Amino acid sequence: MRYFKAICGCLLGLLISTSVLAESPSEAQLPLLKALTEVKLSKALPVLEQLEQTEGADMMPLFRTMLAGSLYYVKANQRLIAELEEQGVTRYSDMFTGEELTGLSTKQVSKIKVNNKLRGYLREAIARMQLNNPRSEVRRDAVRSLFSDLDTNTIELIRAARLNEQSRSVQEVMDVALALYRARHSQEATERLQAVKAMQESLEPEVRNMLTTLAESDDSRSVRKAARKGLDKIDQQAEMYGFINQLFFGLSLGSVLLLAAIGLAITFGVMGVINMAHGEMIMLGAYTTYVVQLLLPNMIEYSLWIAVPLAFMVSGLAGILIERLVIRHLHGRPLETLLATFGISLILQQLVRTVFSPLNRQVATPDWMSGSIEINPLLSLTLNRLYIVAFALLVFMVLLVVLKKTSLGLNVRAVSQNRDMAKAMGIRTDRVDAMTFGLGSGIAGIAGVALSQLTNVGPNLGQAYIIDSFMVVVFGGVGNLWGTLVAAFTLGIANKFIEPVTGAVLASILVLVFIILFIQKRPKGLFPQKGRAAE
Amino acid sequence: MKIKHLVSGIALSMGASVLSISAMAADTIKVGVLHSLSGTMAISETTLKDTVLMMVEEQNKKGGLLGKKLEAVVVDPASNWPLFAEKTRELLTKDEVDVIFGCWTSVSRKSALPVLEELNGLMFYPVQYEGEESSKNVFYTGAAPNQQAIPAVDYLMNDLGVKRWVLAGTDYVYPRTTNKILEAYLVAKGVAPEDIMINYTPFGHSDWQSIVSDIKGFGAEGKKTAVVSTINGDANIPFYKELGNQGISAEDIPVVAFSVGEEELSGLDTKPLVGHLAAWNYFQSVESEANTAFIAKWKEFTGNPKRVTNDPMEATYIGFKMWTQAVEKAGSTDVDAVEQAMIGQETENLTGGMAYMNKNHHLSKPVLIGEIQDDGQLEVVWETEGVVPGDAWSDFLPGSKDLVADWTAPTSCGNYNTVTKTCSGQNY
Repeated sequence: MRYFKAICGCLLGLLISTSVLAESPSEAQLPLLKALTEVKLSKALPVLEQLEQTEGADMMPLFRTMLAGSLYYVKANQRLIAELEEQGVTRYSDMFTGEELTGLSTKQVSKIKVNNKLRGYLREAIARMQLNNPRSEVRRDAVRSLFSDLDTNTIELIRAARLNEQSRSVQEVMDVALALYRARHSQEATERLQAVKAMQESLEPEVRNMLTTLAESDDSRSVRKAARKGLDKIDQQAEMYGFINQLFFGLSLGSVLLLAAIGLAITFGVMGVINMAHGEMIMLGAYTTYVVQLLLPNMIEYSLWIAVPLAFMVSGLAGILIERLVIRHLHGRPLETLLATFGISLILQQLVRTVFSPLNRQVATPDWMSGSIEINPLLSLTLNRLYIVAFALLVFMVLLVVLKKTSLGLNVRAVSQNRDMAKAMGIRTDRVDAMTFGLGSGIAGIAGVALSQLTNVGPNLGQAYIIDSFMVVVFGGVGNLWGTLVAAFTLGIANKFIEPVTGAVLASILVLVFIILFIQKRPKGLFPQKGRAAE
Repeated sequence: MKIKHLVSGIALSMGASVLSISAMAADTIKVGVLHSLSGTMAISETTLKDTVLMMVEEQNKKGGLLGKKLEAVVVDPASNWPLFAEKTRELLTKDEVDVIFGCWTSVSRKSALPVLEELNGLMFYPVQYEGEESSKNVFYTGAAPNQQAIPAVDYLMNDLGVKRWVLAGTDYVYPRTTNKILEAYLVAKGVAPEDIMINYTPFGHSDWQSIVSDIKGFGAEGKKTAVVSTINGDANIPFYKELGNQGISAEDIPVVAFSVGEEELSGLDTKPLVGHLAAWNYFQSVESEANTAFIAKWKEFTGNPKRVTNDPMEATYIGFKMWTQAVEKAGSTDVDAVEQAMIGQETENLTGGMAYMNKNHHLSKPVLIGEIQDDGQLEVVWETEGVVPGDAWSDFLPGSKDLVADWTAPTSCGNYNTVTKTCSGQNY
């Protein structure tokens, strides 16, 4: 098992390495490099292995470029070049001198192909070369990525590196690697026993597998017993981290539900309008993200921050328009409102199909949102989910402040509690209605920006979330934002704890059944509105 | 000046319409096209409609068929399964087409099937499917499970040394049947049941966290693990994204997919998919003369130099070619005559070699495994030696082991039981 951080490290290294001038290849390397441009994909592995062994120029930049799939050669003279794509412009530079080659068209160069076997080899070769990297995290990840394939050659390298190693954390993983090797290959029972003791603190999956093998089939009883003991300890920890992991998945699903439902909690909960076009407001937000990325292709990193206010405005305006043109005229006729908004949702879907094509659109994920933070080998949290949990809570807080602290919020609450009385007090209820609907729709648009990072942006995006949104709002109690929050996280966590047992299909059915039963018992949801206002 | 242009334009278009009317009036051979042009399946099926139109145009340039021009009749069943039956009836009774090219999903085919059999129509079905069917009125030019799923598993097992298997699919008929066949096949190959994990997800599933985490855990137990994916449509993208985010690379746990092709990959961020596998009978990247010509023709026909070709397009191409050959052999477009003439037809594959139509209405085709590249193309890493005949009834399912389909006399049956020596009353 290799780790994402290692890949990140490699890519980061790639960026650094291309700017550094490397020395030119030695006499022994030249024919091999030439062979690399000639051999078939299936015969490339021995060439690379020889390259790694042969003295001469540092092969790391070449291996990294090849791993990234950007190693090319000039057809005319078999010169190896690196392709660099920057802001839509493709540039080529010599692999060894770093000299930039201008005037090369795509027809004059050919790509050096890689497949999984080669990628696997390259990754390991790079890890071997990185054992002496100045940065301790890089060294640590390098050792870890070598765990799955420890041969004598690699072990010698690690052993040599261990002698000079200063960093505590790198020493630890190196010791685990050495122990893994000893546990597998040592003939002495005492040595194997020592190895088991040395590695039983580690949570690496390779250690667990080794201990399992030893516990089942080692010749020595004491080794079997020690391995068993170590395994029990690891299993205990694995169970705990598994629980935390599931909790995180639940929170993350909950935050998606919260984002999708919170706009609806305002339009449906506060205004009492059954808005079937709510999902399409989410969709508009997602498409806004797409358009932002389309117009600013060089600013993918910031595109989401630009998209959030824009999506709020686009969806908000669409919401106000719908309210002014349709819903206002159907006030107090919920069934007709439902049908009308359903019609609007179909119109919006078809509109998107006509404007953007029925195909899903690609929304890029900024680099700061890809990958995961690894807390330990058993627990890693994916970054995009982490950001979305935080973002959902932020949106919730802002909305709460808007409703509690601003005059708009005061008006909204007044109208929702008693429309006639509010009117009598001089509040322009129809204006408040429009603003409330706009606010709810705008929030849905913001949800769309977040969802564009998790799911496909297409005409059917909204439909996937409308049912869930209503479920959350009804379960939480109509007209109560806190209820929506609690309901979203409850449903998310419940879903994720049922899923491993029953599978995804049955899990969502069970959640639905649960809500139906719950509504039978408490028709007004978790946190019903109290008092005369509730009618 | 402008008015003159306008007038001449109108005259021209009127002339054209008169021409087309006169062409209609003359005796033509009608080719029905039954592909969804709207709704969820429009993404995939519109391409096939265009392929048929291109083939019709090309055939007409060559002088048509039996001295008559071909005329395409396009209808839109709108991804609505019962509508497939109605549109089939419309094509056969109102438009009186001589042949239909159509359907993508199995449920749409099953919907059209009773109408085809009742009215004795003829349909070519160009998509890979779960098998367990052979109708007298349908020719299956896509892959049966033994032409896609089984070779893919063989490749993973023999070439990559995979020992543990995740069978992940969307919850409907094709993945369920395919996984049933694969499970039986794996068990027959000596894989222990605890080394097989089966998982189903709803259509359009987007929250893959727990499933990917399960797969990661399943694959971390020391044995080489692979995912065989029958996940359908756009649910694939978040799935691959989540794999990338959780740090699972294609070298650790390769995913081989049966419904991810060039069309699905075009215009996508392929970064998280690079190195994963797909099994098909055709890849655009295969270099052959026929394929180069086909790709060039397709780009010219669509007027888009970036359009890609894919496996169901090749299946449509082969089906169409074989049909024209069979019509010429039979000397008429009569369904029964063409059906008999179809069996034994041969035509060139776009990837080289010959495709052959078997007695069970399935093709013999080569099987290719490709690795996804960052440009959205698939690079062949493995292929079967020679062609694999399509098997209508799987040898690995208890119910269908003894069944064979043979549409030549004297058997003439789509599900002949070799043990009881009977043909069940079922027509397909």
